[in-house]
Amino acid sequence: MGSPISLKVNGQLFQLEVDEEASLLEVLRDYLHLTGTKKGCGEGLCGSCTVIVNGKAVRSCTYKAIKANGASVETIEGLAKEGKLHPIQKAFIDYGAIQCGFCTPGMIMSAKALLDQNPSPSDEEIVKAIQPNLCRCTGYSSIIKAIKAAASEIRGDGYIPPAMPGRISALRVVGNNAPKPDAVLKATGKALYAADLYFEGMLYAKVLRSPYPHARILRLDTSRAESFPGVVAVLTAKDVPGDKNHGVVRKDWPVFAMDKVRYVGDAIAMVVAESEKIAAQALELIEVDYEPLPVVTSPQEALKPDAPKVHEGGNLLKHISIRRGNVEEAFAQADLVVERVYHTPTYEHAFLEPEAGVATIDQEGNITVYVGSQIPFLDRRQIAESLAIPEEKVRVIGTYIGGAFGGKEDISVQIHVALAALKTGRPVKLVFSREESFRVHPKRHATTIRLKTGATKDGRLLALEAEIYGDAGAYASLSEHVMTRTATHISGPYQIPNVKVDCYAVYTNNPPSGAFRGFGVPQAAFAIESQMDIMAEELGLSPFEIRRINALRPGTKTALGQLLEESVGLLETLDRVEEEVKRTEFIPVEGSKRRAWGIACAMKNVGLGGGAADKAGAEVEVTEEGSVIVRAGAADLGGGLSGVVAAIAAEEFGFNSWKAWETPPVRVILADTGSTLDGGPTTASRQSFITGNAVRIAARQVKELLARIAAEELDVSPDKVAFEGGFAKAEGKAIPLGELASIARKQGQEARAACIYEAPATVPITQEGPHHFAFGFATQAALVEVDTETGEVRVLKVIAAHDVGKAISPLGVVGQIEGGVVMGIGLALKEEFPLKDGVPLARGFRDYHIPRAKDIPEIVPIIVESPSSQGPFGAKGIGEIPSIPTPPAIVNAIYKACGVRFYELPVKSQILREKLCQKLT
Amino acid sequence: MVEEYIFPQSIEEALEILERYNGEARIIAGGTDLVLQLRRGEVKARVLVDITRIPELKGIKEEDGFIWVGATTTHQEVAESPLIQAKAGLLAKACRSVGSLQIRNVGTIGGNLVNAMPAADSAIALAALDAEVEVAGKEGIRWIPITQFHEDVGKCCVNPCLELVKGVRFRPLGENEGSSFQRLARRQALILPILNVGVVVGWEEGKFSRAAIAIGPVAPVPFRARKAEEYLKGSPVSPESIEEASRLAQEEAQPRSSLLRGSAEYRKDMVRVLVRRALMEAAKLA
Ligand SMILES: Cc1cc2nc3c(=O)[nH]c(=O)nc-3n(C[C@H](O)[C@H](O)[C@H](O)COP(=O)(O)OP(=O)(O)OC[C@H]3O[C@@H](n4cnc5c(N)ncnc54)[C@H](O)[C@@H]3O)c2cc1C
Ligand code: FES
Ligand code: FES
Repeated sequence: MGSPISLKVNGQLFQLEVDEEASLLEVLRDYLHLTGTKKGCGEGLCGSCTVIVNGKAVRSCTYKAIKANGASVETIEGLAKEGKLHPIQKAFIDYGAIQCGFCTPGMIMSAKALLDQNPSPSDEEIVKAIQPNLCRCTGYSSIIKAIKAAASEIRGDGYIPPAMPGRISALRVVGNNAPKPDAVLKATGKALYAADLYFEGMLYAKVLRSPYPHARILRLDTSRAESFPGVVAVLTAKDVPGDKNHGVVRKDWPVFAMDKVRYVGDAIAMVVAESEKIAAQALELIEVDYEPLPVVTSPQEALKPDAPKVHEGGNLLKHISIRRGNVEEAFAQADLVVERVYHTPTYEHAFLEPEAGVATIDQEGNITVYVGSQIPFLDRRQIAESLAIPEEKVRVIGTYIGGAFGGKEDISVQIHVALAALKTGRPVKLVFSREESFRVHPKRHATTIRLKTGATKDGRLLALEAEIYGDAGAYASLSEHVMTRTATHISGPYQIPNVKVDCYAVYTNNPPSGAFRGFGVPQAAFAIESQMDIMAEELGLSPFEIRRINALRPGTKTALGQLLEESVGLLETLDRVEEEVKRTEFIPVEGSKRRAWGIACAMKNVGLGGGAADKAGAEVEVTEEGSVIVRAGAADLGGGLSGVVAAIAAEEFGFNSWKAWETPPVRVILADTGSTLDGGPTTASRQSFITGNAVRIAARQVKELLARIAAEELDVSPDKVAFEGGFAKAEGKAIPLGELASIARKQGQEARAACIYEAPATVPITQEGPHHFAFGFATQAALVEVDTETGEVRVLKVIAAHDVGKAISPLGVVGQIEGGVVMGIGLALKEEFPLKDGVPLARGFRDYHIPRAKDIPEIVPIIVESPSSQGPFGAKGIGEIPSIPTPPAIVNAIYKACGVRFYELPVKSQILREKLCQKLT
Repeated sequence: MVEEYIFPQSIEEALEILERYNGEARIIAGGTDLVLQLRRGEVKARVLVDITRIPELKGIKEEDGFIWVGATTTHQEVAESPLIQAKAGLLAKACRSVGSLQIRNVGTIGGNLVNAMPAADSAIALAALDAEVEVAGKEGIRWIPITQFHEDVGKCCVNPCLELVKGVRFRPLGENEGSSFQRLARRQALILPILNVGVVVGWEEGKFSRAAIAIGPVAPVPFRARKAEEYLKGSPVSPESIEEASRLAQEEAQPRSSLLRGSAEYRKDMVRVLVRRALMEAAKLA
């Protein structure tokens, strides 16, 4: 087997022998180790593998290597010439068109193929060229703008720099431009994600998963697989020396299934072999006999006494109950009572990088796991506990993460690769296929929400009662926390004195549910924001009015009774959105189309809250070369934490803003359990606030030390010393930072400080007091067009005003807003993860459709800054909230456009059309 | 498992290889369908015969009153061809709506036909054009009318392990003729549409003289709405007769329900909407 081929890659001639089945992508990655070209799906549907073959953009994953014989191939690695970035790369970096960076190489290659042929493309031509390339982070706007700017430079018309959003900041870096330090690596294909790592003697693992959503395992025989040539080990539950279960909150999720399986993603056995192909073939030789058990797939069914039990302890995972005031009395007094039932489906994160990890082991048995994880320190503990070795013998190094959105908080590959390395003594890599990723990791909770609200005739909310059922799936994951957020946010950002909520998180045989951007709040927002519009109509109020009447503002209490003292910018977001809507010219349409605006608000906690200790560590060091290094345990999921952290440190040391492609004055090292302090999870929009504060405080401690030394050297008092542009200055004299660090060292001190920042204390939701130390607020308006003949809905424009406290990186905030809004459009109109008796029907991007470049509307981001006195420079957090108000705003707009209200997401053309027909008859 | 991958230089050589391997060799063109089918184990082949370097299979030309399109011409080449744009507008539009640029750069007309999906875009356009498929086999060349080409979902009368499609031909549209291609996709997805419709109409003295309406996927093969076509011929070119023809097409069509892609009722309703839109555009009434 094997055919000789020769091909030119980035101008260099290669001659190799390839397998007939090999794709060009495999050749680039596995043979040539050109790992800039990514594999997001392997099925021709995501574009992350795009390269240029003989001048044309192709997907290398479905392009046979052998077809490329004699061809000239261009990959991302060949773009920058002699250390000089290609104009497209430069523009992507500058425009913030790179978040997690996983789609970036493919996107840039698609753009290059276009601009090589047509340096003056129209917007439409750009959208067409990148239509095959999926991006889950950016929402495409910044990408399209970057391509335009690059085209202009290539044509010779000069580069167009991005416009800076928001107000001009009085600070140097914070609030101006805070470029992401990792963008250059991502734009050039050099950023390493876990699947990009290759080690000498590396083995490959593949995991056998349950075909049944609920079954007893009667017999498991791995002997045929073990004797398959090239197989090094086959591991099952009996090979797990320590904890047989893992779990971020409760340990109920088996590393390998023992006596029974509870969902179709359960791991049965793992083959470790010399190649991925051998491992896959050997998997088929594992024999398992199952006895299928009755399956339970809805939380309401699962709570019935005779329902099949998913876990021994019963199916009720958590009942969250909130009582405040007296709802019965309040409903009796209300002029209007509205009661409706809402449904939200299971959603998939669809991050572009499938889960991947590599473990290595040294002679002393120390294990290092490379993985793109949201919680590296918790991973380390769980690995150590399952392997029954001390935590010190495990190091988790966070690699770049190709998107997570909450879907990479749970254990996926971590324990498996570590165990395989332990058993074989060799490096082991495990990479999920797209289908496996869809099948295994936790999803967004499907919910049923019965919501009853009462108001006076002038629109004041008096009472709210809610009954919520959340599908937790087969394992606990973060369910109890997520469903707690649904329960606490069901009242929206409104003052409601009487509240009664019962929320149930229930085990079923569906895939587990866990964290997903918004953490339970999107479901609540869909219900309450629809309800607000229904009540407004009944009462003859405008959607803006009813929200303004009830909006939380400083000095009011949340529905849970927390007094909000400051940083509540909700009213300003409402005002700004209304102004912008009024400014927008409304173009009426003819024929079968109808257009209308809809709005929705949102509130989202920042930080864990509810009494949980919320802390993160960071360390700041000034080197003798005069650069600043920040080490923090937190992971950057692509949301831009590294840029935020760099900006905060740079600001403290008085550096000036730098261009994105220049070497930044601050180096950031994140998420390495071997060299950073625990940063806790990157979740709950908390890292800008918590890690941000830790960095700021640590930086100040270093400054204090250096100011003292400078004061002695310059013979002034320490409070006269200011830090500016890499120097300590006082009374017209200056010393470089590096020199101060050397002096410190000579005096036996380190120019370095560590800080573990602990957020302001919170209390459990059952107690009076602050449940959260900060909240983000938002209002969005969506302009939609409904085709009443086909039921198709298009979102034409979204205005999104967000109170972020302080935008440390305005471009970063805009990126989060644009990406979030586009994700919200997907959740409202396209996405749904259908299950039939516990078995997912969507196996990849073929069946699960996330927005593409053509789907995006014009987005007008508005940054509102109502500072939090505790946040770094007043900042709160922005990660999650942007996608929360989008679906209800769209649903409200559809109602205004054609009179059909949706109580169930997503809005499907077919159902809209049916409802329109029913209305007519 | 694929053991050999061959690039023949001529049709004869390709056919010889197919014969030599006696059913274990299979034609591959762009591979956009086949590579995934092989990977998923839906199709098996020991030898792949790549026909994309055979010059006689490529190109678009007009001769003897026909337009001929070679089997390995890519969707993008067809979509960009001024000849097709001018004289078979619906085919250009159909090819333009296939997948994405990267798929169009590689996927071929021949592959689209032989893959035999009832909603394959170019196949629907070709069905409305009454195209004929040119097949090269051991016995030489034969021409198959497009309406007899497809047999079932994924099945056509050409066996890619024995013979190959060489090209397709059809009559260019004349002066008093118009065409349209309409498509309803689940919001900009990349894969086969929920529904697509291709129509060709001609008119004389205010009456329809020619009408062809092809719809997919409403039957196991690309579907021709014969009743609607019959009704239109001789009817006045007016919104009313178009409305009636659309209603007839809706009656004839038999789509199936799919959990992932929409219910039969919805698709049936949409047949009427899309056929009306297509006829209006083709008759330039819109
Ligand atoms: C992401 C994606 C999106 C797509 N979107 C669309 C879409 O929107 N609309 C649409 O219609 N299709 C779509 N397709 C399907 C596919 O691209 C087309 O069907 C394409 O035209 C197939 O051509 P090919 O050359 O790649 O065929 P191949 O994959 O090479 O072959 C397909 C089949 O035809 C046989 N074959 C190919 N050429 C010949 C020949 N000349 N003679 C005999 N047998 C032959 C092969 O043996 C094989 O069985 C999509 C596919 C993908 C992966
Ligand atoms: S990896 Fe090739 S298109 Fe997704
Ligand atoms: S930046 Fe595009 S997928 Fe993350």
